[in-house]
Amino acid sequence: MQSQPKPPRQPKRECEIPVIEKTDQLFVLLQHWLVSFLPAAMQPVAGVLLSVVAIVCIFPALFALTTVFERKGLGRIQNRLGPNRVGPFGLLQPVADGIKSLTKEDIVPLSADAVVHYLAPVVLVVAVFMGFAVLPMGRKMVLVDLDAGLLFYFAMGASTELAVFMAGWSSRNKYSLLGAMRAVAQMISYEVVLLLSSVTVVMMTGSLSLTKIVEAQNQYSWGLPHWFIFTPWGCAGFAMYAIAATAETNRSPFDLPEGESELVAGYHTEYSGFKFALFFLGEYLAMFSISGLGTTLFLGGWSAPLSSLTWVPSWIWFFTKLMLSIFVFIWMRGTLPRLRQDQLMNFAWKFILPMCLLNLFVAGLWTYLGSGWLRWVICSAILIAAYAAMGWGEMRRGKIGPRSYRYAE
Amino acid sequence: MSYLFYLLAALTVAGALAALMLKNTVHCALVLTVAFAGLAMLFLNLDAQFAGIAQLLVYVGAVAILVVIAILLTKGSETSKDEVFSRSWLVGLVIAAAVFAVLSWAVIGSIRVLPHEMAVPDVTVVQIGDALVDRYVLPLEIVAVLLTAAMIGAVIVARHEKEEKR
Repeated sequence: MQSQPKPPRQPKRECEIPVIEKTDQLFVLLQHWLVSFLPAAMQPVAGVLLSVVAIVCIFPALFALTTVFERKGLGRIQNRLGPNRVGPFGLLQPVADGIKSLTKEDIVPLSADAVVHYLAPVVLVVAVFMGFAVLPMGRKMVLVDLDAGLLFYFAMGASTELAVFMAGWSSRNKYSLLGAMRAVAQMISYEVVLLLSSVTVVMMTGSLSLTKIVEAQNQYSWGLPHWFIFTPWGCAGFAMYAIAATAETNRSPFDLPEGESELVAGYHTEYSGFKFALFFLGEYLAMFSISGLGTTLFLGGWSAPLSSLTWVPSWIWFFTKLMLSIFVFIWMRGTLPRLRQDQLMNFAWKFILPMCLLNLFVAGLWTYLGSGWLRWVICSAILIAAYAAMGWGEMRRGKIGPRSYRYAE
Repeated sequence: MSYLFYLLAALTVAGALAALMLKNTVHCALVLTVAFAGLAMLFLNLDAQFAGIAQLLVYVGAVAILVVIAILLTKGSETSKDEVFSRSWLVGLVIAAAVFAVLSWAVIGSIRVLPHEMAVPDVTVVQIGDALVDRYVLPLEIVAVLLTAAMIGAVIVARHEKEEKR
């Protein structure tokens, strides 16, 4: 099985391949089997509904697990134990947290804008959930295979900004409003980077459809996959995508919008009980979906990392890559200090954005240099030289020194 | 026309009307976003996938945020004490009716000029991209120059303000 052409899966060995295929298509077959009990007229609707229910169940479950995983991991990094009271190894902690947030009083400030205050977490979670609709989570496992899937994903991602703003503004709290303004400024700045770093992939595959992007990477030569991260432009693009994704999801070191040392909790200061839990859920779901998109764009989506491992079901690979990305998110949170607002903006507009534009140029060059070792050398050299020159230039400007205060003297 | 169309149309019109009628400016901006989203879904309903999603991305993602930030930065976020209707509402109504009449005249006239466009065209994103860099490359470049000019202008405005403060 050198290269694996996808649609016509030829059964070479009669007894073995069907089993592999069955495990690979487990959820698809399960869905078809469940739907087959219904009358034919209802089957398409029921199939979609079933997939939606699966997404709505699986990712919050993953969220519950990740909270324990994160608290344990952070505890390990900070040389403490983390939650260990509820259940074995504290595994039932999310259940306790869930019950707590459900039973807590839902406090709405007297001067808050009640309707907008109520709607903000709902809009956020809905918009984040919509992003999952176009992610291919396995072979043929995509809810809607849109022709412009990537664009749809970014449209949904952009809608979350408004929800964050709604939360901050409607709370009538200066910390909330400051947090929301920070969040919006940060998300808009890094969205540019996110889009531009993904454009290279679109240039290469010539398609905005996420399934086609995965298929383009699902090829092997010498047993190694053709993932985009293994090319100079893909590697640089993935690095910038990862930085922008961290900023988009307001995760440390880009968690200024909720910087608890300055803003209490940022835009969700005035939320309690289940509405706060929804914000929490939204943040983690955004992390999952943006990791899923990064996996799809640069890490080969559901394709196996070695051609000898293609018998492992595709969805296992997708979720493995997803959880690895989440692990990196947690690791970064545990190790990196928070940026300052001006550093954040300078970094986005003066460093990553020019690099992104250069990367677009490099990706174009990559296509026109044809296949051969020369394009590897040229493209890598351009990117490394630009990185070194810009980094050196920034260091030379001597911006590193004692901290100066403009307003708080 | 399906019931879905009427549902989306009602949503869009209600959003637009509420944007005019509400007193709080931020509320107006938020319901205007609902109208934008309704419009995007109307595009999607017409199988215009690219237009619909681009509408969402640009209007809900960027323009709504821009509007909201502009309102907050210009101290317009307080609820105004004035009436919702301005004194020149009659003139506004006449202008709006005239614009609507011209647009509907153009749309209705287009059916006569382009009779073969009645069938739903199957336009993919690739075709739109090809058209943009092939047939419509000049308008695209003009828009690019315009946007660059606007951006340089914005930078100059921001810089000027900063120097004044020092």
